[in-house]
Amino acid sequence: MSTRSVRTGTAVPLRRDDVDTDQLSPARFVPYYRPDGFTNILFADWRTDPDFVLNQPQYQGASVLVAGHDFGTGSSRESAVWALQGAGFQVVVASGFGDIFRGNATTRGLWTVEVDHDVVERLWREVEADPWLPLVVDLTARRLGFGAGECPFRIDEPLRRRLLRPGDRIAETLLHLAEVEDYESRRVVP
Amino acid sequence: MTGHRTLAEKIWQDHVVRPLDDGSDLLYVDLHVLHEVNTPRAFDDLRAAGRTVRRPDLTLAVEDHNTPTGEGGREDLAGRRQRDLIRANCAGSGIRLHRLGDPDQGIVHVVVPELGLARPGMTIVCCDSHTSTLGALGVLAFGIGTGQVEHVLATQTLPIHRPDDLAVEISGVLPDSATAKDLALALIARIGTGGGRGSVIEYRGEAVRALSVEARMTLCNMSVEAGSRAGLVAVDDATVHYLRTRTGARFTDAEPRWREMRSDDGARFDHVVHLDAAQVGPRVSWGTNPAQNLPLDGRAPSRSDCATEQEWATTQRSLAYMGLRPGQPMRDVEVDTVFVGSCTNGRIEDLRETASVLSGRKVADGVRMLIVAGSAAVRRQAVAEGLDRVFSVAGADFRPGAGCSMCCALNEDRLAPGERAASTSNRNFEGRQGKGSRTHLVSPRVAAATAVTGRITTPQDL
Ligand code: SF4
Repeated sequence: MSTRSVRTGTAVPLRRDDVDTDQLSPARFVPYYRPDGFTNILFADWRTDPDFVLNQPQYQGASVLVAGHDFGTGSSRESAVWALQGAGFQVVVASGFGDIFRGNATTRGLWTVEVDHDVVERLWREVEADPWLPLVVDLTARRLGFGAGECPFRIDEPLRRRLLRPGDRIAETLLHLAEVEDYESRRVVP
Repeated sequence: MTGHRTLAEKIWQDHVVRPLDDGSDLLYVDLHVLHEVNTPRAFDDLRAAGRTVRRPDLTLAVEDHNTPTGEGGREDLAGRRQRDLIRANCAGSGIRLHRLGDPDQGIVHVVVPELGLARPGMTIVCCDSHTSTLGALGVLAFGIGTGQVEHVLATQTLPIHRPDDLAVEISGVLPDSATAKDLALALIARIGTGGGRGSVIEYRGEAVRALSVEARMTLCNMSVEAGSRAGLVAVDDATVHYLRTRTGARFTDAEPRWREMRSDDGARFDHVVHLDAAQVGPRVSWGTNPAQNLPLDGRAPSRSDCATEQEWATTQRSLAYMGLRPGQPMRDVEVDTVFVGSCTNGRIEDLRETASVLSGRKVADGVRMLIVAGSAAVRRQAVAEGLDRVFSVAGADFRPGAGCSMCCALNEDRLAPGERAASTSNRNFEGRQGKGSRTHLVSPRVAAATAVTGRITTPQDL
């Protein structure tokens, strides 16, 4: 069940640090951009291993990905976000995110929830013990609930506000067009 | 606001159109650069919303990622399609495009400074994380995603939160055996792939002042591998000299403004990291992210090098992917391919260094050495200096074209599964140079020496 400020779902415990955008969306798929989205691209190389966690039946249908340190490092390719969404993920929980990835995720409405690494470890253990454990991400309260547990998470205020109030960002900027033009009239070209 | 400001703060404040109610700023973009890969959806969405490109005159596009660099340019269908899209999108919006075959074509981050389009105090954004390269010229330059590309196309501005300031103070004198690439690798090994997260790095100190402008580009280029969006170096005589040769008679009255592009004495940084250049020697990556690198004299890590079980698990996974044994000396590692090129090390100084090691030597039997200029102009310069002859006598493949080539496996140049390369590029991620590829990040000198022996080698070993 999800609302604008709360997302709920089961999780996949991805026991890896430094998951980079080349894994999320391998370069060879990037040129095949089509407006209808990216499916079956996420972790394409890791998924060839039948034991890879995303291939396990108990994690099918999950909408929360729980990973380790520095998730989404690497290139600016937004297809990394499209690949996660194409695979059904609405939230990524990790103990750190790449800056560009986090910005891209926010643009497309994928939530990025940062917690301490010991929370990640605990989530991995609890989800492995009970793959049907629902995780509840409350963006208003900035809290992450899991079974009997609950903890706060970190998210930059501008990102949080943007996720709570999605909309046409360009239209909002164009409301200030007169100020942009004024800036341009004063601008000294470096 | 005046007082003691950092360089990043000065550029930022000069570009704020208005503060936004969520705590971020609407920032003006002086130059927006595009390449063929991450842009098609931005144009589609722009059109779908009935919008147009607001400032095509402040927008520039280059074909580089998918672009073939070989003889006759073997056509890859996906690459061809992307080139068709960027050509149509640029033609339809009046955007200047340096396409395949154009004398000013090349990797975006190599071409933009070459053309004198990156000048101190500017803001430049591009759909590519290594836009940070341009910070070497006192430019606040960073990578953005496709949704942000659409926003800049439509408005020439970007709503964005101001990052922290991270000072990387590099004291001492870099030994002759080491290069800017080794400095960058040493820094990333120290602070990790997330060490610069949320920050702009300003590289400072005598070791930075001593670097050429091109070497500073190598350093700023890899800022993103430390998690930073941008790297910066203050303007000095070397910067001004570089700009003069690139901009000719234009901007002659801009020099005093350029020279202000340095942090004020007493400016406050949010974080400071110190590095002693004298301690940095040739380095090589052993793992699957750029922080997993060590001195070339070293050995692949073993259990005792890891502080925690989690770190050891991560280390073991990387070693297994790379096909290395714990404790294996890096000098014993044999390679199939050597790649010199990319926006990190594809400029003329990099090709000169490569040639100086290859001169009078041969690429080892069974090793393929690929040398790809970062731009068509770099290639012309290399030919004018006779470097092409050095490369061909040594048995290296100096590609007729320019572009990203084997850095990213988006064109015809890639490694086969399990193949191993010494590469002057910036990322050693799993599959970065082709599915199942194994990458060792090195400087151009180490790449050239490695080509000669077929094992990870420094020029001093030859
Ligand atoms: S050379 Fe490599 S890192 Fe640089 S822009 Fe091209 S693909 Fe990206």
